Amino acid sequence: MFSRFSVLRCLHKFCIANRCISSKIPDKPTWTPVDTSKLPQVEEISRDLVEHLERQSLVEFSNEEGLKRLSDAIQSANKLYMVDTEGVEPLDSVLEDRALYLRKDEVNEGNCRDDILSNASKTEEEYFVAPPGNIPLKQAEKEYKEKLK
Amino acid sequence: MSFFLVRVYVSICVSDLERERKRERESTRLAYQGRPARLRPPLYIQSDVPSYSRGRAVQSRSCGIEVDTADQNRHTLTIMASLTLKETLVRLRDGRLNARELCERCLARANKLSSLNMYISRTERGARQQAERADQCLHKSGQEAKKALEGIPVAFKDNLCTRDAPTTCASRMLLDYRPPYDATMVSRMLDSGAVLVGKTNLDEFAMGSGSTDSIVGPVKNPWTLLFQKTPHRYRFRANQSGCCQLETSPKLSEDEVKVRRRGLHTSASRLSQSSTVLEPADQSGSGLQRLSFEDDSDWLVTGGSSGGSAAAVASGTALVAFGSDTGGSTRNPASYCGVVGLKPTYGLLSRHGLIPLVNSMDVPGIVTKTVEDAAIVLNTVAGHDVQDSTTVTDPYQPVQLDDRFSLEGVHIGIPKEYHAPGTSQQVLDAWRKAADMLERGGAKVTEVSLPHTQHSITCYHVLCCCEVASNMARYDGIEFGHRAKCEESTEELFAATRHEGFNDVVRGRILAGNFFLLRRNYERFFLKAQKVRRLISEDFRRVYESGVDILLTPTTLTDTPTHSWFASEDSRTRSEQQDVFTQPVNMAGVPAITVPAALSLRGLPIGLQFIGQHFQEQKVLSVAHWFENNTDFMPLNLDFLDLP
Repeated sequence: MFSRFSVLRCLHKFCIANRCISSKIPDKPTWTPVDTSKLPQVEEISRDLVEHLERQSLVEFSNEEGLKRLSDAIQSANKLYMVDTEGVEPLDSVLEDRALYLRKDEVNEGNCRDDILSNASKTEEEYFVAPPGNIPLKQAEKEYKEKLK
Repeated sequence: MSFFLVRVYVSICVSDLERERKRERESTRLAYQGRPARLRPPLYIQSDVPSYSRGRAVQSRSCGIEVDTADQNRHTLTIMASLTLKETLVRLRDGRLNARELCERCLARANKLSSLNMYISRTERGARQQAERADQCLHKSGQEAKKALEGIPVAFKDNLCTRDAPTTCASRMLLDYRPPYDATMVSRMLDSGAVLVGKTNLDEFAMGSGSTDSIVGPVKNPWTLLFQKTPHRYRFRANQSGCCQLETSPKLSEDEVKVRRRGLHTSASRLSQSSTVLEPADQSGSGLQRLSFEDDSDWLVTGGSSGGSAAAVASGTALVAFGSDTGGSTRNPASYCGVVGLKPTYGLLSRHGLIPLVNSMDVPGIVTKTVEDAAIVLNTVAGHDVQDSTTVTDPYQPVQLDDRFSLEGVHIGIPKEYHAPGTSQQVLDAWRKAADMLERGGAKVTEVSLPHTQHSITCYHVLCCCEVASNMARYDGIEFGHRAKCEESTEELFAATRHEGFNDVVRGRILAGNFFLLRRNYERFFLKAQKVRRLISEDFRRVYESGVDILLTPTTLTDTPTHSWFASEDSRTRSEQQDVFTQPVNMAGVPAITVPAALSLRGLPIGLQFIGQHFQEQKVLSVAHWFENNTDFMPLNLDFLDLP
């Protein structure tokens, strides 16, 4: 009886010391593996898409790496399909349950034209200067676009 | 018979467990009563040292220096830079420290460490003027209330607008931009008497997780200095008790300062042995490498995107630094630099003047050496701001930290999904030990589930790209910023300006964002991501409603990575790995703080994250403060740089 007790006490101390019966941290990663075959295919990046995005963003892809960056981003974003969002409303802001603070409609600042113009590269008298508008962007022929359909 | 034995065994277990818990709670409580081994007794300068220890300064956890010297002035200046903010405030107010000297010490240290690239611009003249004013205010006799942070050196990430310094966001687009106003965080700090030492380096437009994509070059982690083969006279030698002893070269006389750091980086003792250390990606044990930098071709990254801010605090060039936190951009570098990083609740701190990345997730972050410092700074800057409509109008209750805080009644949750693939064993061990320590301290620790955690990074990536595509539309070269030399049409000018002004990462996110926002993709990607965001936010709400007060998780997958490992993958892949534990917090808008917990086998810091409920900074900071008081983590101490 005594020897059983002492064996039990030793075992208990060992277990507590090693926390093998009470650790809360999972031993293995708990993420569900992604079954890429169930995800939608990444759409092929066409020349039209590239030109449209460049016109919208007013930045260029620059090279094939830029195109690859986009297709990687789409591939990564496709993982959202794994989540069931049936009946879930989109969340715009974490403060959605609060009313927006509205201050009184009184002028309390302004008259700072010089401050506002101070950082512009080109000004004329008290105006910002811009080239003529309403001219569509000329899309130059670039090497990375030639290979696209 | 066997059933009887089982019952006896169970009752022995329960009574032993109770006795063990009670014993450890007692010893923990005794530690609060000022036992010098565990707590941080104030650091005494020579004249304050009690008679029984005359000639030796008592070790402070923040400083970790024992000085055997008769040269009071030299060691006074030496220890100044490694005091915490609270200790510095006490000494500034009672006259033991001078704001001007402190400012000079920080500026000198920043100059000496300019190779780390922590700062984009330093405001030396302005800092000296502010320090002079602070000294005049401190020396004024009378009962008028002193400002909360009079004389404290502060650094701001370079995406927070400052009137006195250019604000570049580390981008060519804003290289010459001088804001005509201060951000609210900046104005509140300066109104409290803080001294602006400079604007810190970051990833361009805060997009990145390593502070490597900056127009002025990457930020190097100050911990790199411990592993460099330097011609400096001082070198480290580990003695057999596991302590690090700083040796002076034989050229110095016996009267010279002998500085000994006790208990610092006990794991660093293994560096001097031929132990093997693992690169973060290499958990299998193959290709083991010892961490040592022969030259400047490799270094430790700070993490990002507020890497400069974390490095500034870790290196002692500022006592507090502000960053921004959109997906972990304050907590990630704070963890890698071994300092405390706080992301308060969304809506508590004003974003006016913070150049936006993702309006619905951005929060100004606070980086300090200790949790108490973070609380002091938070109390100074928190509260409603009329100029930021996303700040809440609830009156702010200042956080009060108490060393007698008890964990009785605190329920801590361990979300099981935070054991993600790629988490290093050392991070898991630190997490496990912390959970056990909190349980022994009296908290109730249980496993909980946040089932949508693994989708959080994808959701963040989509929402970030979409909001970036919108926020970056303002950079057209007309009203401010870089302007290309192209006058054919507005569209040509805009396109050329943006091509020249943005780097690949920024352009990539703008294009991806505009793809996700196309009419045919809007519902499939953007709305879908917003729905997933609600699910993630609901996960947190459900866990907190079940009675959990605080969640304890790792901050990063591994300890601090090297630049060679970090640069082996592109920015998007690295962001997906580095932000995996930090950005769900931004999804839900809850507060979180990272506290340095342990050193890895390589001698590099590992941080643990405490996540709380909305506007419950008091509870989060109290638990984090308790945890900090009960760990032996010694922050980086570069005071040896100031010695001759």
